[in-house]
Amino acid sequence: MTERSWPAPSRAEQGATAESIDTDAVRPRVQRGILLPSLYAGNARAVMHRGWLVVAKTNWLIVLSGLFEPILYLLAMGIGLGSLVGTVTTSTGAEVPYAAFIAPALLAVAAMNGAVYDSTWNVFFKMNYGKLYQGMLATSLGPLDVALGEIMLALARGLLYAGGFMLVMQAFGLNLSLWALLALPAVVLIAFAFASFGMAITSYMKTFQQMDWINFIMLPMFLFSATFYPLSVYPVAIQWLIQAMPLWHGVELVRGLTTGAVGPHLWWHVLYYVVMVLVGLTFTTRRLRALFLR
Amino acid sequence: MPAPVITAVDLVKKYKDFAAVDGLSFEVAPGESFGLLGPNGAGKSTTMRMVGAVSTRTGGGLGILGLDPNTHGPEIRSQLGVVPQADNLDAELRVRDNLIVYGRYFGLPYSYLRPKADELLAFAQLEDKAKSRVDDLSGGMKRRLTIARALVNNPRIMLLDEPTTGLDPQARHVLWDRLFRLKEQGTTLVLTTHYMDEAEQLCDRLIVVDKGRIMAEGTPASLIREHSSREVLEVRFGSARNAEAAEALKGVGDRIEVLPDRVLVYAHSGEAALARVTELGFEPMTSLVRRSSLEDVFLRLTGRSLID
Ligand SMILES: Nc1ncnc2c1ncn2[C@@H]1O[C@H](COP(=O)(O)OP(=O)(O)OP(=O)(O)O)[C@@H](O)[C@H]1O
Ligand SMILES: [Mg+2]
Repeated sequence: MTERSWPAPSRAEQGATAESIDTDAVRPRVQRGILLPSLYAGNARAVMHRGWLVVAKTNWLIVLSGLFEPILYLLAMGIGLGSLVGTVTTSTGAEVPYAAFIAPALLAVAAMNGAVYDSTWNVFFKMNYGKLYQGMLATSLGPLDVALGEIMLALARGLLYAGGFMLVMQAFGLNLSLWALLALPAVVLIAFAFASFGMAITSYMKTFQQMDWINFIMLPMFLFSATFYPLSVYPVAIQWLIQAMPLWHGVELVRGLTTGAVGPHLWWHVLYYVVMVLVGLTFTTRRLRALFLR
Repeated sequence: MPAPVITAVDLVKKYKDFAAVDGLSFEVAPGESFGLLGPNGAGKSTTMRMVGAVSTRTGGGLGILGLDPNTHGPEIRSQLGVVPQADNLDAELRVRDNLIVYGRYFGLPYSYLRPKADELLAFAQLEDKAKSRVDDLSGGMKRRLTIARALVNNPRIMLLDEPTTGLDPQARHVLWDRLFRLKEQGTTLVLTTHYMDEAEQLCDRLIVVDKGRIMAEGTPASLIREHSSREVLEVRFGSARNAEAAEALKGVGDRIEVLPDRVLVYAHSGEAALARVTELGFEPMTSLVRRSSLEDVFLRLTGRSLID
């Protein structure tokens, strides 16, 4: 039991003179952006930092478990099945060992999974079962800050998984070319695109059943996006369908870089993801504004 | 007169066809303490959210610190301290981290936030709980943390939506004292409350809102003068007989109001009214003469629908 009343007397009342802070000196300053001043305060990192604080206190084994999935696939399929398959011809006509064929695809998948994990289920809970965004948007943050912050957090997880997987690839000698160094920025782009698109879709979801649709799309996309065998095995119509899906572009982009089959055609994949990032960001921001600033 | 920090002109908020706020016009001067009173559903929180630049108005004009919330949301919000009606603390963060992270949202540096968080924890008397989970706090403690959190950016305007709901009496009184001090330092206060004593204590000026419209405006004293008599006589005849007695007492005092448990007689002199009541042959079970309060004004302006 305390006898003290609430709120406690201020320090001045208690007669404390020691380094009391001049509170008036620190007023928040918002840089007024030239772009979208009503939506963006240039402080997405505060949102990202909040996410880190929460992740840092969860179990790191669970965080890292996402990394094991692609490694297991690499061992089972690449090394195991690969001993039967031998070599495969890539879309640019190069002959590469089977493990070196699927490893870049699994790298793209690692980036995708990491990014989608945070930007879908985690965001879904924050939107529907907490008042987190409501609290954030009562501060000087704008909806674009929140969207970017969450997306960067998801991107960071994608990068963590992909970076870890790249080290494994290096250990197995599956990076066939120096161009493989560029696979890292490529993976950042892929994660960014999936994160922003994933958050945009999630922001329109209202029930768990709808969220299950995301898994329903992710699994076939993982299996059929020229991940484990070349696109040429499909009839043309199916090829087009797969080329329209986002994962195939990541697989082709990363595979081109790690196998050294580099050419201007890779820019199309980059462009695809840039558009995906922009579309995702636009819809997420609009949706956040509609939901929390209406 | 200095320029107002809040200017609302014919402010309207519609949800589909329903107008939650239906043409409010008011101004709040810097350093003023301004209250919004009104029954449940009157549109107080909706107004607060528009002033807090988290809800877009459907019509009319609104200026906060000279800026339009439609175009300057982040800038306006950076100067506000908001205590929403329902706490929205971050349940995934510990108590102290709630303060620091919230300050980060304003772009404030850690060097400022660390000592500030401790100062605010002391202010809210939650030092012992610094490392607790938010969900483990009592309702009143959460309220205190929310209020402390709203101060992290040294706001120029505090928006307090039923700030003392859920606080124990001591905590309420000392919070009032705290708000007085903020006001002395020049902070503008805008608050809603259902406690009339709180409104009388804290507000320089207030509006009474019902169904999204202003019913009355003024200082607490002027509202009482305008809308109520000097004194009130409260008499009880037992819940079965109150209505019947009130009917017979018509003409005593200026006005009579029947509440479920008692009859209120508004009169210049309560004693004289009581004498009249006994003259008429009524023996009240209990009687009480008191000065008119804001509660009487509130009941008169908005209360009837509750009783009918
Ligand atoms: N998001 C919303 N969608 C639809 N109607 C709403 C919404 N928010 C508020 N309303 C309606 O607007 C009206 C005013 O609500 P508001 O929360 O402003 O009332 P209040 O004066 O704060 O009441 P209380 O004293 O109960 O807090 C109510 O009828 C409410 O149902
Ligand atoms: Mg309310």
